[in-house]
Amino acid sequence: MSAARAVRPVSVASFAQAQNVRRDDQRNEVEGLLPVIAEAFGAIGITKDDVDFICSGSTDYLVGGPFSFVMALDAVGVWPPRSESHVEMDGAWALYEAWVLLQEGKVDAALVYSFGRSSLGDLNEILTLQLDPYTMAPLWPDIVSLNALQARALIDAGKATEADFAAVASRSRRDALANPKAQVAGDIPVETLLEDEYVVAPLRRHALPPITDGAAAIVLAAGDKATRWSERPAWITGFDHRIETHALGARDLTASPSTAKAGEVAGVAAGPVDLAEIHAPFAHQELIVREALGLDGTVTVNPSGGALAANPIMSAGLIRIGEAASRIAAGQADRAVAHATSGPCLQQNLVCVLEGA
Amino acid sequence: MTAATADERGPVTTLATPIALDFDFTPGVAQSRFLRGLEQGKFMGQRCSVCGKVYVPSRGTCPTDGVPTTEDVELSNSGTVTTFCVVNVPFAGQSIEIPYIAAQVLLDGANLSFMGLIQELPATEVRMGLRVEAVWVPEDELAPSLASVRYFRPNGEPDADYETYKEYL
Amino acid sequence: MAERCAVIGVGQTHHKAKREDVSIAGLVREAALRALDDAELTFADIDAVVIGKAPDMFEGNMMPELYLAPALGAVGKPMIRVHTAGSVGGSTSIVAAHLIASGIHKRVLTVAYEKQSDSDAMWALSVPQPFAAPLLAGAGGYFAPHIRAYMRRSGAPDHIGCMVAVKDRQNAMRNPYAHLHLPDIDMKTVQESVMLWDPLHYLEACPSSDGAAAMVLAAEDSLSGRYPPAWVHGMAMRSEPTMFAGRDQVNPRAGRDCSADVYVQAGITDPRAQIDVAEIYVPFSWYEPMWLENLGFCALGDGWKLTEAGATAFDGDIPWNTSGGVLSSNPIGASGMLRFLEVAMQVRGQAGEHQIDGARIALGQAYGGGSQFFSMWVVGSEKP
Repeated sequence: MSAARAVRPVSVASFAQAQNVRRDDQRNEVEGLLPVIAEAFGAIGITKDDVDFICSGSTDYLVGGPFSFVMALDAVGVWPPRSESHVEMDGAWALYEAWVLLQEGKVDAALVYSFGRSSLGDLNEILTLQLDPYTMAPLWPDIVSLNALQARALIDAGKATEADFAAVASRSRRDALANPKAQVAGDIPVETLLEDEYVVAPLRRHALPPITDGAAAIVLAAGDKATRWSERPAWITGFDHRIETHALGARDLTASPSTAKAGEVAGVAAGPVDLAEIHAPFAHQELIVREALGLDGTVTVNPSGGALAANPIMSAGLIRIGEAASRIAAGQADRAVAHATSGPCLQQNLVCVLEGA
Repeated sequence: MTAATADERGPVTTLATPIALDFDFTPGVAQSRFLRGLEQGKFMGQRCSVCGKVYVPSRGTCPTDGVPTTEDVELSNSGTVTTFCVVNVPFAGQSIEIPYIAAQVLLDGANLSFMGLIQELPATEVRMGLRVEAVWVPEDELAPSLASVRYFRPNGEPDADYETYKEYL
Repeated sequence: MAERCAVIGVGQTHHKAKREDVSIAGLVREAALRALDDAELTFADIDAVVIGKAPDMFEGNMMPELYLAPALGAVGKPMIRVHTAGSVGGSTSIVAAHLIASGIHKRVLTVAYEKQSDSDAMWALSVPQPFAAPLLAGAGGYFAPHIRAYMRRSGAPDHIGCMVAVKDRQNAMRNPYAHLHLPDIDMKTVQESVMLWDPLHYLEACPSSDGAAAMVLAAEDSLSGRYPPAWVHGMAMRSEPTMFAGRDQVNPRAGRDCSADVYVQAGITDPRAQIDVAEIYVPFSWYEPMWLENLGFCALGDGWKLTEAGATAFDGDIPWNTSGGVLSSNPIGASGMLRFLEVAMQVRGQAGEHQIDGARIALGQAYGGGSQFFSMWVVGSEKP
């Protein structure tokens, strides 16, 4: 990493997401994505012809067939042919790829989108296929159980209690009451949540994310377009991501060194942080990420309700960036941190720092 | 160098891990109309409000304009083979005896061809421009599924002129 | 301002039908270590890793970058996984090159692979979908009708495809890494091989391979390596929808637009005259004449005449696929990167038996999906 490199200002000019639901039985992936992209363009009065690059994030395993991203292109209408790319990762990494391109200064705007319907198959089984295909996947250790191992490690290390997990869930679902796109919201006190049954101990029902069908889109802009399309641009001032080893036994599951490193490179500590949108599908993971990013009690965390309020696989990370940017654009924050994760037990993490004018 | 495989049984070269996943699909609004049409023995397409092109089956959007397709259009039972290939390769899950003809069929009134099976004609006689019609399963077996169309067969009309379908190649 | 980017190390595996001697991690590592060795570097020198492959269902391993991170020395680093169908090896290279061009990183390792023998690729491509007719028999079944359309349009004689099949397999005899080594191949054996997807014979189709490719890309101030750098003179990607009214699948506009973009960047106005050697994604023989036209090496309808005249042969004026191409090695996800990598080898002068003497400017191209995703780059021996 060349610390001396000057970051080209790029703003999150527009953000839209689908209504997050347990299952959208009416629409297929393309039909679900189409209004989201239309909203992202419409909100700033542009069309597909105003963006120079398109990048998306999705995974074939959610639909059980190859090339699922190919048909999704029909929601954009890539004609005449467009410069376009796709990552088999959360849309947050698609945003990173687009941001990298904008850094070169040759083009000024990009559309980034992601989609995924977790309701079609058994998500817990599907995500198991992310594991080492020779030594782990054949054992079918489901993802909830692996994350429970991580939660247990936190408790055993004396870093957190089940009540701490419940506190994260209680706050997230309460904040989600103000998020019209949220799937799960409610004002339930910690004591009540602690009466939930265990799904996989020590994780109780409330510490797990919902199963969500969803989609999201962001328009990135630089140069004139950034200032023309936003009254108060949410500028990306730092952006990095890091991966850890896959071997769970070789990791300290109570910490997230990859988040810490990404946060350091993105410059999280270079100024005060007003709010953070953390992609923590399981309640305990918010505690790990907060610590890795060095966020103290003054930081507002997940005002959207986070992934505990809606967890559309492949979009939940991109949505964190969109939520953080929206609050900057609305003047509710001057400096925000957005985080996205991928892989079992926070294996890979991305950190994006956003600032108002 | 041989230490790693010194075991006289040799290295493990293959590890079989059966994976079975079930998926519960949603056809979507536009494809549902197409499937409901098949249930009634007809092809239902949709027209783009921007470019006016008719897609069958429509996936709910115009691929070039990126807008929803909303106007329903009932299409003819006949069409033209724009191009084809003779499939002679066996593969897992194959349900049709080889060799068979997989053809691109452009239904009259549509602006996009789709893949269909050609029967009742020797493989060597299938050609570009061949006029064909859909053969449906008996009425009591019609279902919201492509299985409602058994195959396409020659409809007896003279071959279509190359000029009439060349832009669909 | 964009920084200059160069290929300073290349590596590939010996491509085979089944690489039972290595795991997926072992396969990608084999290519990566060769690329690092060629660049005279180690994993510790690498800033970021960009990996690409075709559908995850080919191996039954979802988002495999997670499992492969330690094998590729990526722990503690940024890692990106690209998937753009068959063009992925090319687009992965381009995503990696942008990490250098943007000034974000100094040295990036990029890797692409497929281990087709770990699953049934034919099945993965033909998974029964609930709302489609179960007619699609793999990629050949998809492309054969378009080849027939090309033959009708151009009036090309039947034997052109077989000529390409013979030429590329003869070239593969010069490439020790190629999967298929068929010393006795001739027109007769191709024409007498089984007609799999009429009009395509068995020997006109690519094999199914296990293999990986890797490159080390570097910024101008971070060069190293056993050979001179291959400079990136231009790179581009273009996509168009799979199916739409009036779509030209024989000569897709996305391919034409992509090459026009990359030629402008590289200062190429006459591809046939200015490009010394090309590695073009030809998984089925007929795609050579089709892409000759699409890439502007000749007028529309004349592609087959160039092939027939031997222009694309090893000793022709525009040698195409001197490595043997996709027709000789097809680890799908890596096939596109192999095109990009092979042209880098040519301008670095390290292609050995299949080296074109004095190659200075070379074009690598990959395509995927239903001829709708294109990625290309032009590399040169001189700094752009």
